[in-house]
Amino acid sequence: MNNPSYQPPLHRYALFTAACTFILLLAGALVTSTGSSLAVPDWPLSFGKFFPEMRGGVLFEHGHRMVAGTVALLTFGLAVYTQTVEKRLWVKKLAWCALGAVLLQAVLGGVTVLLHLPTEVSVAHAGLAQIFFCLIISLSVVTSKIWIEDRDHRISSNMGFIRNTALVVTILIYFQILVGAVTRHSGFGLAIPDWPLSDGQLLPSGWSPGVLLQFSHTRIGAFIILVLVNWIGFKVCTQYTHEKVLFWPAASAALLVWLQCFLGVLVIATEKSIIPTSVHVITGAALLASMLVLTLNSFRLFQKEPVS
Amino acid sequence: MELKRILALLAVAGLALTAGCGQKSDDDDLMAMANNATKAAAVMGTASVAGTVSLTGKAPGVGVFSVDADPVCKAQHSGMVKDETVIADAKGDLKNVLVYVKDGAGVYPAPAAEVDLDQKGCMYSPHVFGVQVGQPLEIINDDPTLHNVHCLAVINDSFNIGMPNQGMKSEKKFTKAEMPVKFKCDVHGWMHCFCGVFTNPFYAVTGENGSFKITGLPAGSYTFVAWQEKYGESAPQTVAIKDGEAKSVNFTFAATN
Repeated sequence: MNNPSYQPPLHRYALFTAACTFILLLAGALVTSTGSSLAVPDWPLSFGKFFPEMRGGVLFEHGHRMVAGTVALLTFGLAVYTQTVEKRLWVKKLAWCALGAVLLQAVLGGVTVLLHLPTEVSVAHAGLAQIFFCLIISLSVVTSKIWIEDRDHRISSNMGFIRNTALVVTILIYFQILVGAVTRHSGFGLAIPDWPLSDGQLLPSGWSPGVLLQFSHTRIGAFIILVLVNWIGFKVCTQYTHEKVLFWPAASAALLVWLQCFLGVLVIATEKSIIPTSVHVITGAALLASMLVLTLNSFRLFQKEPVS
Repeated sequence: MELKRILALLAVAGLALTAGCGQKSDDDDLMAMANNATKAAAVMGTASVAGTVSLTGKAPGVGVFSVDADPVCKAQHSGMVKDETVIADAKGDLKNVLVYVKDGAGVYPAPAAEVDLDQKGCMYSPHVFGVQVGQPLEIINDDPTLHNVHCLAVINDSFNIGMPNQGMKSEKKFTKAEMPVKFKCDVHGWMHCFCGVFTNPFYAVTGENGSFKITGLPAGSYTFVAWQEKYGESAPQTVAIKDGEAKSVNFTFAATN
């Protein structure tokens, strides 16, 4: 197979799509936070129109659909563009997977509206959103100049443990986001109304499913993620300061995880105010993306054979 | 690409099946209800129960909210709009409390007359109302703006319909008794109202002075309750009544802020 060559326009296009996807995540978070999920009762049209009056909750729900449509078109363009200029078959496949994910995501969004927000479908919609974001982030990373032109660069020290831990932490963050999505979409966000205590006690007095979910997300999951991300961030930032592709994602993740915990507390303290809640959702996505970039780069740098 | 097509087709087929099954179930329920009503051969009586519903303790202040999110809504109000969650006069008499027979009444045929639920000034009118199983509920949009009507029924089928144009009407019928059923508009987050769905006509909503009157009761023993959207259901009161008799029943809720 020929060695791939760096395609600056493709990389910039992927980055632009990733930025738009991040905005899409914010738009989606705002729909739920403002209680506008069912403001437009039909799908795929909105009140039987392509463009209804953008008022109240319609602004959020239809706005989300418009941003989603834009991202879907961008992803289609990305898949076609990748197919055209990219030499690596697995990168082409990744781009088509992203297109499949965004189309499935649109169907899930429509189904959850038509079925009046069943928790399973809404959570699947939230979970697939993160997977789609990860696919676009991955495409941005593997089409970058450093990934392609620096492919023979290796780190000699044994960093396999950090690499594997980064992968595990990325997966754990994804599951933490899923538990958060279940908590949010099943209406248990304030099942325990305070933090760090629970109704003034160390542990909740009763363990209903809602309390268990919220406790798992806001205490157990948050604590595990906070410790692991900071541990790996400290290790990478102190041992591999000169490896920018490791340093910056690790440092970003270590900062984002603190911001994310602070926002989580703010969500409870403000009783799910729109802004903290929505920012909490996208900060979670940014944290996941940071750890994903760290994982991808650490896998590249610690491969025995060059990754094309 | 093939996989995506299959997934899309499965989703559409699933939706169609769900909608189809829901329709059949509704029709069956309505038929069963009509048969039951006929079998019950319920007759109206001549007794009545009247009374007031009041609040003890310090009534919460009147909340206000802004409707500026939609210029059409804003144009129909001068300033902030009063919250209808708790409306009490100086004596503590409570408006918008639904008083109904919880036990003792039979099943009555649904009246042909429709109950109107209006969306005007980006508010629901009435804010609290009752309707009988099978009775037409006509939902009207009197606003020159779009609304969605999201019915959060639990026992009955929930629905969410769009009413984008002024003058639009939509008729709905409930197939089972349910109390309470919340309606809300997700376009305008402040809009909500409540409805009770009953198998008999013995219910009333309190007016400005907290008073209510339920007429047409046959002789018998009835358990009455009052329901208020913030305070929930009152303690039940059982009343034995004879033909032509008029009895008084009063309810109180303790104010909690």
